[in-house]
Amino acid sequence: MKAIGIILAGGNNNRMQELSKKRAIAAMPVAGSFRCIDFALSNMSNSHVQKVAVLTQYNARSLNEHLSSSKWWDFGRKQGGLYTFTPTVTADNSWWYRGTADAMYQNLTFLKRSHEPYVIIVGGDCVYKLDYNKVLDYHIEKKADITVVCKDMPATEDVSRFGVVKMNEDSRIVEFEEKPMVAQSNTISTGIYVIRRRQLIELLEQCALEERYDFVKDILIRYKNMKRIYGYKMNTYWSNISTVESYYKTNMDFLKADVRKFFAEEPTIYSKAEDLPPAKYNVGSDVRNSLVASGCIINSKVENSILFRKVFVGKNCVIKNSIILNDVYIGDNTHIENCIVESRDTLKANTYFSGGDGIKVVYEQNERYVI
Amino acid sequence: MIRKEMIAMLLAGGQGSRLGVLTSSVAKPAVSFGGKYRIIDFPLSNCINSGIDTVGVLTQYQPLRLNTHIGIGIPWDLDRNQGGVTVLPPYESSTNSEWYTGTANAIYQNLNYMESYNPEYVLILSGDHIYKMDYELMLDFHKQNNADVTIAAMPVPMEEASRFGIVITDEEKRITEFEEKPEHPHSNLASMGIYIFSWKVLKDALIALSDQNGCDFGKHIIPYCHNRGQRLFAYEYNGYWKDVGTLGSYWEANMELVDLVPEFNLYEEFWKIYTNNEIITPQYISPDSAIDRSIIGAGTEVYGEVHGSVVGAGVVIGKGSVVRDSIIMKGTVIGENVTIDKSIIAEECRIGNNCQLGVGEEAPNKLNAEIYSYGLVTIGEKSVIPAGVKIGKNTAISGETRPEDYPEGVLASGDYIIKAGDRL
Repeated sequence: MKAIGIILAGGNNNRMQELSKKRAIAAMPVAGSFRCIDFALSNMSNSHVQKVAVLTQYNARSLNEHLSSSKWWDFGRKQGGLYTFTPTVTADNSWWYRGTADAMYQNLTFLKRSHEPYVIIVGGDCVYKLDYNKVLDYHIEKKADITVVCKDMPATEDVSRFGVVKMNEDSRIVEFEEKPMVAQSNTISTGIYVIRRRQLIELLEQCALEERYDFVKDILIRYKNMKRIYGYKMNTYWSNISTVESYYKTNMDFLKADVRKFFAEEPTIYSKAEDLPPAKYNVGSDVRNSLVASGCIINSKVENSILFRKVFVGKNCVIKNSIILNDVYIGDNTHIENCIVESRDTLKANTYFSGGDGIKVVYEQNERYVI
Repeated sequence: MIRKEMIAMLLAGGQGSRLGVLTSSVAKPAVSFGGKYRIIDFPLSNCINSGIDTVGVLTQYQPLRLNTHIGIGIPWDLDRNQGGVTVLPPYESSTNSEWYTGTANAIYQNLNYMESYNPEYVLILSGDHIYKMDYELMLDFHKQNNADVTIAAMPVPMEEASRFGIVITDEEKRITEFEEKPEHPHSNLASMGIYIFSWKVLKDALIALSDQNGCDFGKHIIPYCHNRGQRLFAYEYNGYWKDVGTLGSYWEANMELVDLVPEFNLYEEFWKIYTNNEIITPQYISPDSAIDRSIIGAGTEVYGEVHGSVVGAGVVIGKGSVVRDSIIMKGTVIGENVTIDKSIIAEECRIGNNCQLGVGEEAPNKLNAEIYSYGLVTIGEKSVIPAGVKIGKNTAISGETRPEDYPEGVLASGDYIIKAGDRL
């Protein structure tokens, strides 16, 4: 393979509310049986990128646990492998990662010791399927310095939380605004970049000298007129999960047959095996238009919802338009509507949760009595 | 030198002919069970949960599915630097080459494998039972009694005892006598086909009886040890243990899993059963579906109704279809407006629209009335059923069938169509 991979998975934001309290965003469970980072990792593996570094910082525990073995994504190899880099104190550095560029700069040794000519840099908080080789071929064909994978968003979508780009006829990026107040176009950067390894090392070293730390602001935007930065348009499913609303919507997208089919087709998405028994439907279960993962036991009504692994739904409950994360115990006669219930939670019997017109994040932290 | 205290030898070469078309192209240990597992997952998971990390799996009959399933043992954590799982097929040697002619003969042909681990004890298992058992406790029992051979045995109802190999013990559980399928049993302790041998005892017996034709543990090795006055003990086991050797018992064992709190509980946290998770995505249940008293595997899409059934992974159940009291295995696609009653449908079958399975009155099966009974419809793997046909009870189908195979669109009760695999 011609490239190594870097997955930036250290970030946090406050728009995830309680959901990012105990885990990194890249470790968010998605679509019933995955963690968000599985998509980036599986894309790497399916694109035959053999050497991948995951840069973690915020709530790294959750990701380290998920990545405790690299074999699920087929990275248990003699050549290459999966590396997890959390900030460490060294003789000449005691900083946390101060930004995406700094995170890579602090791991410059990894870049320098590799011999593959290219680097594929991606985020860990997006749900998509992409053959990075296609982007790499495009990058080489365009003789680009940096290629940014872009996507046209529907006109209705608020793009102000993304990097918004404008390209010329040749697809060269002429404008790049990070989180603009008023967006000039509906084409956004997906946070997937291809760059020559030596070029990256050079840019990172220059940034560090100038005490600049952000890859988008201090490299992409600052160098956009000097370096040949090209946009590669992807037109398949792509979604970023890093707000509660978009997290909810991304999960609900999997209720659509075409989205499920797209991700179920070869090459598939891999995740850590959990070894749970099949889902069980007892008398009284009435499940409609829902996704149910392994290990669930259902005794009542579930509609337009997603039950992650090992959810127990008691008798006479109603669960509607909700996402129940893994290992949640729901007591009898409970009503849940328009909610996201945090994992490993225990909801007492006879309780009522509703998000009203919005989405409520339920984080109860009750004690569970193990029967 | 490598030294393992106890290694396991898992006999997985049997055909399981009483499962009819289900085993016409796979070995019985590779048959699906419980919507997700294969039968061999139970002894393999028991091994790793009991701390046994060296397992030789003896294969012979139709081993492809078994081999791909086991791989290098990753699902059971049996991918080890030393030990782990090793598939042991019959092989040719310079002086003689033969198939495995009996259970003990198969073990005898792999003396070198066992020798290389220099074990103190060898556990002999078979790959066709559904149970959870801690072999370490059995080993403790073996050591406490200073036994040469320990046989796991379980109490069965007296009236059924004549179907089993029965052991008779003294107060210390030392075996005094054997009865193979006795007409008038003197005890109700049935041998489960699980043995712990002290390695030297096993080795001596296997070598001594190496010329025995079709050398078998129950028939030859155990009596040989007994006659030489060696210390044979019965380890009493009182948990769930199910022999799924017939279509009826196989169907029943699956159906028990959908009980509110099944006797054999797969949902317990400790003593997990591991398997090869090929499909991990959640299942989708459509707005028009109705499901109750069922267990359903990962990645399955249900657009119809499922009642009292066990459905495997990656299955599609079309709109308007109703599945009752049935077992549907991995990857099978069921069309629209199909009704399925009391059927066993193996992996990757295609059932056309508007079919009706399990209709009419029972009639004895014309191919083999003993195998295909219990009123079941049994369909072998990769079979195709054309749209709009009716299929009666006690029937068997295997292979790609066409409308002309069904006179007037009907396969009457007791009839069969075998187009693929061996005729059983």
